[in-house]
Amino acid sequence: MTEQVRKLVEKRLGSAAELKNLRHSILSKRDPNRTCISVCAGTGCRASGAEAVVDAFLDEIEKQELQISVELKETGCHGFCERGPVVVIRPKRIFYQQVKPEDIPEIISETVLKGKIIDRLLYVDPATGEKITYEPDVPFYKRQTRTIFGANGEIDPTNIEDYIAVGGYSALSKALFQMSPEEIIEEVKKSGLRGRGGGGFPTGRKWQSCRDAEGDVKYVICNADEGDPGAYQDRSLLEGNPHSVVEGMIIGAYVIGSNKGYIYVRNEYPLAVSHARIAIEQAMDYGLLGENILGSGLDFTVTINKGGGAFVCGESSALMASLEGKIGEPRAKYIHMSEKGLWDSPSLLNNVKTWANVPVIINKGAEWYSKIGTAGSKGTMIFSLVGKINNTGLVEVPMGITLREMIYDIGGGIPDGKKFKAVQTGGPSGGCIPEQHLDTPVDFDELTKLGSMMGSGGMIVMDEDTCMVDVARYFIEFLKGESCGKCTPCREGLNRMSEILNRITQGKGKKEDLDTLEDLAGVLSGGALCALGQTAANPVLSTLKYFRDEYIAHIDKKKCPAGVCRELVQYSIDPEKCEGCLRCLRACPTSAISGEKREPHTINQSLCIKCGACYDVCKFKAVIRQ
Amino acid sequence: MEPALDFPKVKAIVESYPEKVDSLIDSYGDKKEQLISLLQDIQAEFNYLPRDVLVRVSQKLDIPLGQVFSVATFFRAFSLKPRGRHLVTVCLGTACHVRGGQRLVDKMERDYGIKPGETTEDMRFTLETVNCLGCCALGPVAVVDGKYESRMNHDKLDRVLRGYK
Repeated sequence: MTEQVRKLVEKRLGSAAELKNLRHSILSKRDPNRTCISVCAGTGCRASGAEAVVDAFLDEIEKQELQISVELKETGCHGFCERGPVVVIRPKRIFYQQVKPEDIPEIISETVLKGKIIDRLLYVDPATGEKITYEPDVPFYKRQTRTIFGANGEIDPTNIEDYIAVGGYSALSKALFQMSPEEIIEEVKKSGLRGRGGGGFPTGRKWQSCRDAEGDVKYVICNADEGDPGAYQDRSLLEGNPHSVVEGMIIGAYVIGSNKGYIYVRNEYPLAVSHARIAIEQAMDYGLLGENILGSGLDFTVTINKGGGAFVCGESSALMASLEGKIGEPRAKYIHMSEKGLWDSPSLLNNVKTWANVPVIINKGAEWYSKIGTAGSKGTMIFSLVGKINNTGLVEVPMGITLREMIYDIGGGIPDGKKFKAVQTGGPSGGCIPEQHLDTPVDFDELTKLGSMMGSGGMIVMDEDTCMVDVARYFIEFLKGESCGKCTPCREGLNRMSEILNRITQGKGKKEDLDTLEDLAGVLSGGALCALGQTAANPVLSTLKYFRDEYIAHIDKKKCPAGVCRELVQYSIDPEKCEGCLRCLRACPTSAISGEKREPHTINQSLCIKCGACYDVCKFKAVIRQ
Repeated sequence: MEPALDFPKVKAIVESYPEKVDSLIDSYGDKKEQLISLLQDIQAEFNYLPRDVLVRVSQKLDIPLGQVFSVATFFRAFSLKPRGRHLVTVCLGTACHVRGGQRLVDKMERDYGIKPGETTEDMRFTLETVNCLGCCALGPVAVVDGKYESRMNHDKLDRVLRGYK
């Protein structure tokens, strides 16, 4: 036996007892009071420079010879992307934000060695001006219920032992040895779990129909083709806690009797792909994937497939076509994919978040789980709170929380004292919800009633500077580009809608355009083949319903009230505020701005191309856009 | 995201394609369903999907060229034209859109004469747009050769691009 093979055989867990023993032995080797510095290394914090922070910590720990007393952990996304790079020092959970490499020596010598708090790295609550030292006290985290997302800040996603230490794979062990597939389905049904990818189909029912479907070969699929712009919770889960998703999938495989699983993940998420790949390899090494999992007799492997960047592939039948190596065109679903899916075999497809919910339900029980949430929507949901909001990031909250609580209590309200205008939920299939509905509890059914939907959990906040006609145009343009072109209502309908909306935003709209838009919307929702087309008109319908006056302003007055639509705005300089600093003059690509130093500048409207460069660079808010 | 490519080198690889392509195709065995993954690998290797390579894929895997072509044109991740030395990807997800992502695209067109999907004549930049990179907190986001640049505006775009020759 080679050394490598011997090591693998040693690692392989042959029974539930061996898994339990491994957990005990990992925990016994770990000192809960040892200082652990966890640096968020999710894509968001990386973009803010987290990798340099990690390197600086490694250097400093080595320099001060602290390798034994201090542990450094690169974790997945903590959710508070706005304040990245985020560093949490355990066991006390001291919370430092926007940390830079030059802060590291001080963090080590002051906080780690002397226990002193560094004031300037603390988070300041914008509402009270109070400095907050510990992570759980930060308002952004305080109001959350992190059942799925909680482990993200604690574990190194590339180390399976971290996941096992926090109870990982114990749900699998329970499912395999203490529950029958029928009992698991019953538990999932009782929990009230609904599909987290957007549709909200009852998960237990889907599992039942896939189990009952006839077929020797069945597939388990994880949909990580998170295409909704503005939603990135699936990516963060797969990056930060990939084993929780894999564990859910293995339980699914046991229930329906499958030996083969796929994770279909976006090509735009390189870190998620890499972490999922590592997780699968490690689970294979530990006998949690592969043949005879934990000695139960179940054989199951998982392969990662990278998507090709097509939004429509988030739709189940298109996703499966793409997995087969074909173009991602959906088909009519008179027969569900759970009966005839991938290569015409019964296929159980769930979203990343849905899979991650499964181990929680198995471990804590349906009764516990169903206490969270509303009558029709149980459990928690992870939302990405983005756009014009102070605390941008990922939040996990119980279903039923109001939009107002999310936006103001957790999100910290709208930046720069601007006024809230709308919140867009559900991605391109969703709608825009105005201020008067902010007290609506968020769940699958309530959002649908408002003409929007839950979708994948994207929540894009818009302020007074956002033009709602432009938002509708944006989504229709998006969907026009992503329509696969197979069915006429979607292909042609979206093109016509796009023409009309572009016309309106250019000031060439006609009164009857609004009726035509509503007509087209009816054709799309009634005639399109798949959900992409059927729901495509939602952004238009909801903005027409709640913000009709903005459309009218574009059509009648040829004005864009928010100052967004390029053809309808004019830039000018307020001579009172202009300090004559020449910045805008230098930035202007067409030399449309003239003026002397320390004299107010002016814009020559015939040369202005309305690019907004002057508006961006002005330090005195002297450039007016109206 | 691929690292910056040395363009003359890429050309050399294309010219010596039979062995390289065959070894990529062989790494997937005889599995037609792996076509998309295979094309992704080929693009990672060559920086785009050269016509001759697609013909080779069609012959070796016994898939009609039309079908290979339909897959290569359906997914936006694939490019049938050579791409420049540096890939500039501007995020136009909703969060970046409401924070002015489109104005970065407009600026690229104004300054370099390229629209999304196009490459400058000197092969310096290729411009692409993406629907969302999931860095919504940091928008508008642009990615240059795999490096994420957050909170972009006209000024910062100029500064960043100056570093890529």
